[in-house]
Amino acid sequence: MTMLSERQQLSYIASQAADARLNVELETEGMTLNIGPQHPATHGTLRIIARLDGEQVIWAEPSAGYMHRGYEKLTEVRTFPQVTSLINRIDWLGSFANEVPFILAAEKLMEIEAPPRAQHIRTILFELSRIANVGLFLGDLGVQMGAITPVFLAFRDREYVLNLIEGATGGRFHPNFDRIGGLKDDLPQGWIDETRQVMKKLRGFCDEIEDLLFGNEIFQSRTRGIGVIPADVARQYGLSGANLRASGVDWDLRRDQSLPMAWDKVDFKVWTHPDGDSWARCWVRLQEVRESTKIVDQLLDTMPAGPVMAKVPRIIKVPEGEAWVSTENPLGEMGYYVVSKGDLGPFRVKIRSASFNNISITPWVLKGVYVPDIITILASLYFILGDIDR
Amino acid sequence: MGPLSESTDTGAEPTALASDTLRESIVDALREAIGDDLLESHLIPNDDLWIRVAVSAWRRTGEALREQGFDYFCFLSAIDWLPSPFGRGEDDPSAEPDEAETESKEMTQGYAGGATRFQMFARVTDLRRHVGVTLKADVDESMVVESWIPVYAGANWHERETHEMFGIGFAGHPDLRNMYLPGDFEGYPMRKDFPLLARMVKPWPGIVDVEPMPVDDDGEEAESS
Repeated sequence: MTMLSERQQLSYIASQAADARLNVELETEGMTLNIGPQHPATHGTLRIIARLDGEQVIWAEPSAGYMHRGYEKLTEVRTFPQVTSLINRIDWLGSFANEVPFILAAEKLMEIEAPPRAQHIRTILFELSRIANVGLFLGDLGVQMGAITPVFLAFRDREYVLNLIEGATGGRFHPNFDRIGGLKDDLPQGWIDETRQVMKKLRGFCDEIEDLLFGNEIFQSRTRGIGVIPADVARQYGLSGANLRASGVDWDLRRDQSLPMAWDKVDFKVWTHPDGDSWARCWVRLQEVRESTKIVDQLLDTMPAGPVMAKVPRIIKVPEGEAWVSTENPLGEMGYYVVSKGDLGPFRVKIRSASFNNISITPWVLKGVYVPDIITILASLYFILGDIDR
Repeated sequence: MGPLSESTDTGAEPTALASDTLRESIVDALREAIGDDLLESHLIPNDDLWIRVAVSAWRRTGEALREQGFDYFCFLSAIDWLPSPFGRGEDDPSAEPDEAETESKEMTQGYAGGATRFQMFARVTDLRRHVGVTLKADVDESMVVESWIPVYAGANWHERETHEMFGIGFAGHPDLRNMYLPGDFEGYPMRKDFPLLARMVKPWPGIVDVEPMPVDDDGEEAESS
């Protein structure tokens, strides 16, 4: 309970008091509420089972697994280059970002590094995935609370980003563009200028959303002080990304570890927020989209020339060893623990996805909240179903 | 503090260390805390650290590391080191087994060694010192490991998943229900001797990717430029 703001402390005490009251005073008959698996507020097929006492949640448990595809098992029968087409379906809104840590892990084992231009383009596409992903979150957020307009703006502006990703990679949702040793192709002509234009539009989109949503009184009253997660709890559960930074933990893998990517060549700010409530999580994400557009702009200005592919054997055999690489994906820390036995394919791949940890905190955070807040808290934790179930 | 407050960290930038004294000191500190239960460590300087501990000290290791600042829980899972009895499943199942493949059917463990078929592995991170460590432990025949929930609450779902996929029990876990599979599912899918049935019944079309590539005149494997 150290280093909490007054607001956090008050709401923490309030939730504790609500707990105690539930246990002692109210002896009404409980009720079980099922939300999902098919429910508009669950972003896919997540089912939430909640025990209610009146309007208050006594106990809630998400039931995942409706979309389990067994990627960890499937990687064991694929070759290394084939794995990327699987794993970019984990978080389907930011799919290019899923490919990067796996490729980096394979490159680490092979002791090769992508040429500087490839690293640059990788980082740009990575940040574009983040903008496409989190941009949609910002629009979707409004729908969860009854505001329809933001989602149209989000879909409109995400389209520009998807067009860019399609222009560079050929795929809107599943680029499968990253290769061991570099990238499949160089950028098409005119892409850099177009990207600059889109980044300008995207900054306008952020301002619009901030006006429409974050300045809205209803939005504020639905999110401020709701679903507070203190920093020590967030770390224990392994929360990552904006969820962790919204609890006041200043941790961003783009800045805090060294990877053969271009993040160390640009200036950007890691935003944190001390409150740890739903509002903080949404607000940090909004700032992150803004920072991403700035990162992309800077990278476009400093793009080095040269090849986009290092010299690699045509049949890729990865030497024996183990490697762990994680990156700061749109949803949080996404990492792959790759074990190779010197074969054509991996021996074991452990996929550490951000949403799995982020959503495992829900039984803790939903305890004692009111029914309508379940939706806003889940929305602010932001998960992609494929990222939970893998 | 206002909502617009900025990050307070003035930047403990990760610095390159010549001999990686940081990770060496982590091993020393852990050895002091758990003694001979630290069995083996594997260090790649300025890159990563693996530590293998006795399975009886699994929870104590977690507690010791948490006290030393590793309070960020990353993941927990297991590895089955048995070489797959089904090969890589890419070839036609009716074809004769490749001799070279059957020769390498000896079980070997990875970094930081080990002796058993199943190994636990988990990763925790120190957010202040910007360093992570991968922990391993051999799972003995009882197939039960102490639960990490009292140490890292986030281990709950990871242990459920590991129990479901590998059949490893966790002493002290309140609720080891299946997460993904039906409750009455038999077998543990991530074990190497659990066949991937889709591959057993029909050769995979992706097989075309692993056909032998054309060779140069001097018999060398062709390299892409």
